[in-house]
Amino acid sequence: MISVLGWIAIVAGAGFTLLGCLGLVRFPDLYNRMQAATKCVTLGTCGIMLGVFLLSGFTSLGVKALVCALFVLITMPVAAHALARGSLIFGVKLWKGTVKDQFSQDRGTGSIIEEK
Amino acid sequence: MTILIVILACGAFFCLYRALKGPSIPDRAIAVDIMSVIFSSITALMALRYRLAYLLDLSIAIAVISFVGTLALAKYLEGRSLDD
Repeated sequence: MISVLGWIAIVAGAGFTLLGCLGLVRFPDLYNRMQAATKCVTLGTCGIMLGVFLLSGFTSLGVKALVCALFVLITMPVAAHALARGSLIFGVKLWKGTVKDQFSQDRGTGSIIEEK
Repeated sequence: MTILIVILACGAFFCLYRALKGPSIPDRAIAVDIMSVIFSSITALMALRYRLAYLLDLSIAIAVISFVGTLALAKYLEGRSLDD
């Protein structure tokens, strides 16, 4: 029963990772790509690590997988947030179909939405 | 198991496409970050397949290195130095 749950977690994780990478290719601008890729890949990697833990139990393999899942769960959103902020300040344009640009409004600078 | 590793490798190839083509620097940075996390999960699957616990040490190390690299690049893009 537990091993079936573990395989389900691993297959779902691989599927989420593949969909996230497809989003990395298909979405129109940097910020869309970033949110698609980081969310899906974080969930997918945590699923795979959780599946490895469920399949191998409290052995050295399973506990290390659990530690790795926790680490990825904490650090991937931090890295993506820092990179998104850095690229906003660096001056990467938003997609031309964007309806609201709250960041530039708050800073009082000109809009960074791409021209049509 | 092999099919799962092939699926993850397809994802890594998508990231490689974005890293080669990406119009801006943060595009390439996020693609390389995602790619290294995918390599970390491929390593975990190989550790499960061959029952080698030390491969998961490698997996954690890849995740740590990609995290530190992405943070350093984000600070560079903000225009600050690393000890700021």
